[in-house]
Amino acid sequence: MTTSERLISAADLAVERQARFAARNRVNRIALAMSLAAMAFGVFWLVWILWETLRLGLGGLSVALFTQMTPPPNDEGGLANAIFGSVVMVALATFVGTPIGIMAGVYLAEYDRRGWLASVTRLVNDILLSAPSIVIGLFVYTVVVARFRSYSGYAGIVALALIVIPVVIRTTENMLLLVPAGLREAAYALGTPKWKVISLVTLRAARAGVITGVLLAVARIAGETAPLLFTALNNQFWNGDLAKPMASLPVTIFKFAMSPYENWQKLAWAGVFLITAAVLVLNILARVLARRN
Amino acid sequence: MTPPPVKRPVLSGTVADRLFGWLAKGAALLTLALLLGILASLIAGAWPAIEKYGLSFLTRSVWDPAKNDYGGLVMIYGTLATSIIALLIAVPVSFGIALFLTELSPTWLKRPLGTAIELLAAVPSIVYGMWGLMVFGPILATYVQQPLQALLKGVPYLGALVSGPPVGIGILSAGIILAIMVIPFIASVMRDVFEVTPPLLKESAYGLGATTWEVVSKVVLPYTRTGVLGGIMLGLGRALGETMAVTFVIGNMNQLSSLSLFQAANSITSALANEFAEAGEGLHQASLIYLGLVLFFITFVVLMLSKLLLLRLQKNEGTRT
Repeated sequence: MTTSERLISAADLAVERQARFAARNRVNRIALAMSLAAMAFGVFWLVWILWETLRLGLGGLSVALFTQMTPPPNDEGGLANAIFGSVVMVALATFVGTPIGIMAGVYLAEYDRRGWLASVTRLVNDILLSAPSIVIGLFVYTVVVARFRSYSGYAGIVALALIVIPVVIRTTENMLLLVPAGLREAAYALGTPKWKVISLVTLRAARAGVITGVLLAVARIAGETAPLLFTALNNQFWNGDLAKPMASLPVTIFKFAMSPYENWQKLAWAGVFLITAAVLVLNILARVLARRN
Repeated sequence: MTPPPVKRPVLSGTVADRLFGWLAKGAALLTLALLLGILASLIAGAWPAIEKYGLSFLTRSVWDPAKNDYGGLVMIYGTLATSIIALLIAVPVSFGIALFLTELSPTWLKRPLGTAIELLAAVPSIVYGMWGLMVFGPILATYVQQPLQALLKGVPYLGALVSGPPVGIGILSAGIILAIMVIPFIASVMRDVFEVTPPLLKESAYGLGATTWEVVSKVVLPYTRTGVLGGIMLGLGRALGETMAVTFVIGNMNQLSSLSLFQAANSITSALANEFAEAGEGLHQASLIYLGLVLFFITFVVLMLSKLLLLRLQKNEGTRT
């Protein structure tokens, strides 16, 4: 091969290399542009949904919303009974579900980290976490509603509590595992009984995290509709009796939104706005709490 | 001077200890009992239907409360079809979002955008459903379905795919709404696993002159493959079990008359949501519970698959480090 041939082949190679580099850069640019588009796509829906909720929801906000009962079609009214039912059921479900969840979390983190019962419980907990909430509703229907032959606020509370429990178990366990072992050992060295170590030292150290978990669970059940559809059912009137069917905000929204009546649809948007606002506030609160920890 | 009285604990240490331990163990056992209870009660509730139809329930497309004859094919098809459409849209978009958040985004934007995506996951599904019915459905019908119908008029197969009244209700709308719902779940899992990739690996690739896309597709993605799949499975489980977002827009029709993506159809969850409270006791209710059992089984399988995948990821990490 002469020198000139060698030079020509080297030049060819360089040209080819440059072309390849350009092609690679092109692919890269296209991929990155798509990624940017995907991000914009995701944010676009978020903004659109929140915007519509805000626009249509704010229009329906009024004092009557909080003071008047759900109206019959084409009549004035509010959502007072639904809001009350939601608050009562969510509060009681949290009240029932949280201690059970915390205790089970304590068992997993403090009593039995590697045993068979713990691994089975963890697996079952994951199954419960991912179980469709409507299946939970079916379960409560067959166990509570069918047994007592009546839809009731109690049944709704049980269904919601069953959704709270796995969420709280998961966060409690994770938060307790983050507590440094030294803290436990120091407490034991002072002769503290185990239950006091757990309730006064480790749980207290993990408090912010556990509360975050509870807040997230509350946010989750506040918007749940499916498990209430055939447990608490619905009620057009103010009802403080938990043994009777009880209205809730999500179920009322569902019924009103699917109806052809304009005033019902308007109330449904106002309700959706209330729920979204409440859930987002709870989530942000949980985040702030978690970050401060 | 008398010494201060000795305070005696109400419960002596060991008794309280044992009690507390029992309580904790009892709570753990309760969750086990819960799962068994759910399974047992669903099977018991569905028993009349299981006894009558057996597994052929899954392949029968009749659903006729008037004649008291039931089969689950229409709903099972609706559930699977909407979830698959949702994944087809959500997976590439989530991948793009995760790529953006881990490799492209300026640092000051990472946190707010990540938070926004996570908040999207917290919005109750009823909000998506209502938005889909009232805002998105009509837009989809006017600006997508009608032009498609005009374009594909007379074309075999493709024409049938978009036929139906333009009301914005059906499998496609439900799939799209589900996609919007599961994007945040999949995207945040993908972002989390992408961030697990050791910086050293990425830096080596960059050092060899790889482009960002090459680093992501040839280093990050192979390294996190199982985690990414696990995240997708998580999203799939979510989509399969979602009730409200689907019920609003799927149209609740118990027939499988055409393959049109715009035809009203039904899914397991929306059949339950719409019919269960009104279903009389007996075969109708039992059939609905049977559907619930099928759904529970499907989500269980999906969850187990995703757990296995994530477990493999952890194992790989263990051997590599």
